[in-house]
Amino acid sequence: MSQASPDNAVRTNVPARVAIYIALILFAVYYLLPFYVMVVNSLKPLDEIRGGNMLALPQQLTFEPWSSAWSTAQIGVQATGLKPYFLNSILMVVPAVAISTLLGALNGFVLTKWRFRGDNTIFGLMLLACFIPFQIALIPAARILGLLGIAGTTQGLVLIHVVYGLGFTTLFFRNYYAAFPTELVKAAQIDGATFFQIFRRILLPSSGPIIVVTVIWQFTNIWNDFLFGASFGDFDSQPMTVALNNLVSSSSGVKEYNVHFAGAILAALPTLVVYIVSGRYFVRGLMAGAVKG
Amino acid sequence: MPTRVQLQNAIPKLVLAPSFAAILVFVYAFIFYTGYLSLTDSKMLPSYGFVGLENYEKLWKLPHWWRAVTNLAIFGSLYIVICSVLGLLLAILLDQKIRAEGFLRPIYLYPMALSFIVTGTAWKWFLDPGIGLESVMHHWGWESFSFTWIKDRQMAIYTVVIAAVWQSSGFVMAMFLAGLRGVDNEIIKAAQIDGASTATIYRRIIIPLMRPVFLSAFVVLAHLAIKSYDLVVALTGGGPGQATELPATFMYSYTFTRNSMGIGASSAIIMLVMIFSIIIPYLYSELRGGPRQ
Amino acid sequence: MAFLEIRNLEKSFGKVSVLKGIDLEIDKGGFLVLVGPSGCGKSTLLNSIAGLETITGGSISIDGRGIDGLHPSKRDIAMVFQSYALYPNMTVAQNIAFGMEIRGVPKAVRDKAIGQVSDMLQIGHLLDRRPSQLSGGQRQRVAIGRALVRDPKLFLFDEPLSNLDAKLRVDMRTEIKRLHQRMGTTIVYVTHDQIEAMTLATKIAVLKDGLLQQSGTPAEIYNNPANTFVADFMGSPAMNLVPVAVHKNGSGVAISAERDNLEPLVLTVPNAPAGLAGHDGGKVIFGVRPEALTDRDSADRNARNIAEGECLIEVVEPAGSDTFAVTRLGGKQVTARLRADANVAAGQKAKLAFNLDKAVFFDPASGQRIG
Repeated sequence: MSQASPDNAVRTNVPARVAIYIALILFAVYYLLPFYVMVVNSLKPLDEIRGGNMLALPQQLTFEPWSSAWSTAQIGVQATGLKPYFLNSILMVVPAVAISTLLGALNGFVLTKWRFRGDNTIFGLMLLACFIPFQIALIPAARILGLLGIAGTTQGLVLIHVVYGLGFTTLFFRNYYAAFPTELVKAAQIDGATFFQIFRRILLPSSGPIIVVTVIWQFTNIWNDFLFGASFGDFDSQPMTVALNNLVSSSSGVKEYNVHFAGAILAALPTLVVYIVSGRYFVRGLMAGAVKG
Repeated sequence: MPTRVQLQNAIPKLVLAPSFAAILVFVYAFIFYTGYLSLTDSKMLPSYGFVGLENYEKLWKLPHWWRAVTNLAIFGSLYIVICSVLGLLLAILLDQKIRAEGFLRPIYLYPMALSFIVTGTAWKWFLDPGIGLESVMHHWGWESFSFTWIKDRQMAIYTVVIAAVWQSSGFVMAMFLAGLRGVDNEIIKAAQIDGASTATIYRRIIIPLMRPVFLSAFVVLAHLAIKSYDLVVALTGGGPGQATELPATFMYSYTFTRNSMGIGASSAIIMLVMIFSIIIPYLYSELRGGPRQ
Repeated sequence: MAFLEIRNLEKSFGKVSVLKGIDLEIDKGGFLVLVGPSGCGKSTLLNSIAGLETITGGSISIDGRGIDGLHPSKRDIAMVFQSYALYPNMTVAQNIAFGMEIRGVPKAVRDKAIGQVSDMLQIGHLLDRRPSQLSGGQRQRVAIGRALVRDPKLFLFDEPLSNLDAKLRVDMRTEIKRLHQRMGTTIVYVTHDQIEAMTLATKIAVLKDGLLQQSGTPAEIYNNPANTFVADFMGSPAMNLVPVAVHKNGSGVAISAERDNLEPLVLTVPNAPAGLAGHDGGKVIFGVRPEALTDRDSADRNARNIAEGECLIEVVEPAGSDTFAVTRLGGKQVTARLRADANVAAGQKAKLAFNLDKAVFFDPASGQRIG
């Protein structure tokens, strides 16, 4: 019999452990393979991909596909590369993340520390909004953006992403602030602090972890969005994902696989960097988004 | 004086109001608007000629829509089942006191950080018979190897499953891993003392305890499946032919490229009904347990 | 007019009524303790005084000034919370001065006030630390310091000792009492611990289900409980409450308690309250505290009315300073408090002395005391 172990992993014998490791490594290969394919083939000349083995390392290393994808590749009708769209994405993501996070924090503060009749119903309606298929909103949203005069602009996309992100950001902060001692808010009230003073001086300084989780969640979702970008963006506002899809699926000319892969990596890079730098918070956000209440 | 107090008391509601109003308009009013459009003769632009349920009748007579719904059934059920099984398997393997867990876990999970457009691009070329897996096998000497699913009307939908499972299964693993780590260690010790084997402990004790995680995973995956749009666009563009159309792509093409907004709207409403019939009972049961306070 | 006056206070959450018409007052310099089981409304009452809950009906005034509708910060109160509620991101000094900072008090004045308070509470060496670096007792002191520095008309304490371990709780209790005696402040203090209530209060208010059961000095509450709830809640071990039959007996009144396998225990009550005779032939509840039920030798020498009865001892519990003997009367377990070395044993009979000077009687239907 094994010793009582301090954690709940059940002990197994040696051949079984070898099998487990082999299985785990095979799975790791499966998950890494597509990314490996992208990286390797983004560094090959086109002939080498067409005539050679996709899994082989490049024989003739070239960074040409990367520079092409970044600055000269044909996207739709213009040969601008992905650069302007990368900028579009940044200009869209930064304000959308900041605004939706701030509003989520304020909403979470109200919904936990300033309870009023019907607050749970309001929260339920906001939470349900996280799950609607966005197809339901496409037609009216296009009209509203037109009426507001921001159709096809970055502001329009920011507005859309803020609104449809509010449910999640509110959920995150509400669950976090629910565990924040209400007595601190009461003490601050007796000290004479106003609503915003309490928020800024008492709650915000303790909100670091949940802000990180929310920012990462929103950043990932908004950066990776395709549907809204494709529906409501034009050249001056289309995000990276739409441009990548245009690059890859353009029917004219030769299929420059190496450029496509380089572009795909460029589109994935910001979220990948965030994930690598703060994976712990990324996972926490995923879990918070999945397990409600 | 009283007015200032009243103002102070109203601040929390005033803070919440813009978010709630935005959600009321952009979610609930939009649902009503789309619902109304689904009852009209809208074509390229919204029109308000009331036609009753005609669009729904037309919709359910369209082979194209049936194709999309059938595909969703195939894709959704395989996606949910495979992700859950794979996720649970990976979580159990990783829970065996694996030394390299900190190294392996992020590898399984990183696809979740990627845009579906990136995932679609990577798999599109990796599964392409001309340059991808099939060609690789030929290079390695397996001349008879054939893998042309992505070009095959019968099989193309399964390539969507492959790519989607690759993207999401790591996330399901993370959910199960959190669940496994939450199992009371003393229960397992008690079972060990009762003489239960590792397999029995998992089968009879631990996996049954994972019921809530299965439920959460089901809800998350089901709603992702119904919303799936980007991946199909990037991977197959809905083709070959209409072989990989899903309701989400159907809605987009009928509304914006085929000028049948009424039918597009009715398909969006059906998507909404599908999602709400899964989400609302779930949220209701989760929220009824009350917020953690 | 009393310093703090609460008149017909009502509070309800939706349809649930939490406070049902509370009338209560305390004089300047008094120490009012609100005590009761959880859910009795005592914390809601305290929050209503603080202005953290809006009241549904009635009025509250402090020092002759109505405070209804005033913001908590405008009521000239300070509050010490159960969890101490120290702001985790601020140092001890910042915690103490936060209220002054909000009011725009100049830094020099703030620093002086911090200095005075920290000297008084001996927390000067902690001023630069954060709450997470403090022990429970230190946090408690800082929380009190934060209240003191406001120099309010009224101090509110919400179960301030319940998060401390037993030893520290006793020490802090003494310290709060000393602070009150020295500063002469007016305090309202919530607790569920009846010993805290007895030791600290100049006036106790016992609440249950949103109703004030009784208010009075600790001695009044202890010796003359208004009803069986107060009798049972205050005191440890609790007062013995025995159902007895009443019958007139010549000049006085006699009570008899049923016993298993023994003839009923009959006691004559020479000093019976006037109302007791009205229950002739019926039943009442006879209340006697364990210390008024003892062995002959240790009975109160000043007691004028002592009745003896032989009882079967079921359990003996030596507690060091005393020995508790448990018997059974009227179907109820009854505890007697005997000398530490009292000669009793389980299963044997012993003669117990009932100090009837201290006996109280309750109406079995209403639970109210018979006067």
